[in-house]
Amino acid sequence: MASLNIRAAILSISFLILALGLWEMATQPPEAQTGMTEYEMLMGGADQESRVPPPSAVIKLAWAELSNPFYDAGANDKGIGIQLAYSVYRVLTGYLAAMAIALPVGFLIGMSPLMYKALNPYIQLLRPISPLAWMPLALFIIQDSDASAIFVIFICSIWPMLLNTAFGVANVRQDWVNVARTHELGPLRTAITVILPAAAPTILTGMRISIGIAWLVIVAAEMLVGGTGIGYYVWNEWNNLDLASVIFSILMIGVVGMLLDLALGKAQKLVEYKE
Amino acid sequence: MSKSFLEVDGLCKVYPDGQGGELTVFEDIRFALEKGEFVCIIGHSGCGKSTILNVLAGLDEASAGNVVMNGKEIKGPGLERGVVFQNYSLLPWKTTLNNIVFAVRARWPGWSKEKVKEHSERYLKMVGLDHAMNRKPSQLSGGMRQRVSIARAFATQPELLLLDEPFGALDALTRGVIQDELVKIWEETRQTVFMITHDVDEAILLSDRIFLMSNGPNARIAESVKVDIPHPRARATIFQNPAYHKTRDYLVDFLVNRSGSALPKRDGSPKFIEPAKGVAQSKPASAESETESESDTAARAVNA
Ligand SMILES: Nc1ncnc2c1ncn2[C@@H]1O[C@H](COP(=O)(O)OP(=O)(O)OP(=O)(O)O)[C@@H](O)[C@H]1O
Ligand SMILES: [Mg+2]
Repeated sequence: MASLNIRAAILSISFLILALGLWEMATQPPEAQTGMTEYEMLMGGADQESRVPPPSAVIKLAWAELSNPFYDAGANDKGIGIQLAYSVYRVLTGYLAAMAIALPVGFLIGMSPLMYKALNPYIQLLRPISPLAWMPLALFIIQDSDASAIFVIFICSIWPMLLNTAFGVANVRQDWVNVARTHELGPLRTAITVILPAAAPTILTGMRISIGIAWLVIVAAEMLVGGTGIGYYVWNEWNNLDLASVIFSILMIGVVGMLLDLALGKAQKLVEYKE
Repeated sequence: MSKSFLEVDGLCKVYPDGQGGELTVFEDIRFALEKGEFVCIIGHSGCGKSTILNVLAGLDEASAGNVVMNGKEIKGPGLERGVVFQNYSLLPWKTTLNNIVFAVRARWPGWSKEKVKEHSERYLKMVGLDHAMNRKPSQLSGGMRQRVSIARAFATQPELLLLDEPFGALDALTRGVIQDELVKIWEETRQTVFMITHDVDEAILLSDRIFLMSNGPNARIAESVKVDIPHPRARATIFQNPAYHKTRDYLVDFLVNRSGSALPKRDGSPKFIEPAKGVAQSKPASAESETESESDTAARAVNA
């Protein structure tokens, strides 16, 4: 009997083939138009009736795009790699800025009940605001679409990190804090050598949630601000009615999101400990 | 009046009782420890032993009274007092060795890396765990963890060691083994130890004196019982000493019959009791041979 992994892999591939097969069949052009050129098929058929492209068309396009992902032929024609790089750059910039604020402030809130009580109302008020609601204000104040997108990422990824850091720090086992106290560690050394490693798994969980949200939000933000990035790319291809490109970029958004999550998952493994 | 190494004067702990009133857990606790003494404290659950120990450790504050060690009042925790917690309190993300390195480095910040490591390894070896150096606490058994915790405390060579039921969570077999190890380390280092236990035999095996606490609320340390058995002691042979039985009977009687009503001396210090007085250690001729033959008979009866 094959191992669970092998059986799961076989099943996964069968599902994929089944789904692609159904998709391919459902998107066959009508009989009468078998004489169409490939270009016409890509464009949804000569009959002007827009149709979802079949997977074969998407795969063909993916092959072409991925074999030259970084070409740059003007403002509205850049390779998928360049567009994704723009998005990843914005996400990471906003994310790191959020981290730089969320971790120290989270520590402060977690260690001081006074600060927790003082800041909690603001956090509770600001947290449920959709990050995109900040966009007009950001555009007005910052006067720069790129920086505004980064700001939106900053504001949406700060909350899970902040709250998880505060929660992790506040719930470090008193026994471990007592170990630090009986060894006369100062506040800074206690924070670094005891509280940080003890709270690290919780903090990393928050960071993982944040990166997921940031990647969700960047697509919408770039659709709004335009110019570059994968979100803009999707919207642009939709305006061109190039649905194969739209589907392809949706898949690429998924792939990059998965990779970001995987990276944070690896980091999470590194700081995990068993009691 | 000559000053002792550690002097506890009029400690009292009051908690709100949850109904607007106050609950005095213990009051007017007075005692003194001399350098190199091993003292156990026994009392029923809830009488406030852990609270007293935490006050000595500087982790908790008493409602009244003060503690003076080496002529200096104790305020807050310090490296000259080592604590072994009941739940071991090892840092789970550090290896066994690094848990000890952590403590040694805190104690002697000026030491080189090699010296810290060598010192830590020596103490791990003392508790027989040098083979588990690179394992995490989660990969150790409860007994092994407690040994690491004991090694950590001894490695910093504190002037006063505080142990809160260190073997409470261990099975009898493991407990015996680690007790032997503690006896061995203590014979080597002769550190001053203050230990909480619920186990009368453990207390007799380890301590020079045993404090008996009356029941709470308003608990007191009523009596200080001398354990008149010479060192080195061993778990396997201590039963043969006549003083052992006298002391044990006395302690059990206190815990069963008198812990509710017992009071210290008028001045608040515990009554000093020598239950084995008269069972002379120095002239074993009559007394010891008698009990030895007694226990021999008992042993034969068991074997038969
Ligand atoms: N935060 C608190 N609020 C109110 N009462 C408390 C609090 N902490 C401890 N107590 C009370 O103080 C008393 C002493 O507690 P302590 O832990 O010192 O007892 P103990 O002698 O160590 O008991 P055990 O042998 O079970 O460990 C208990 O009766 C407990 O109910
Ligand atoms: Mg206790």
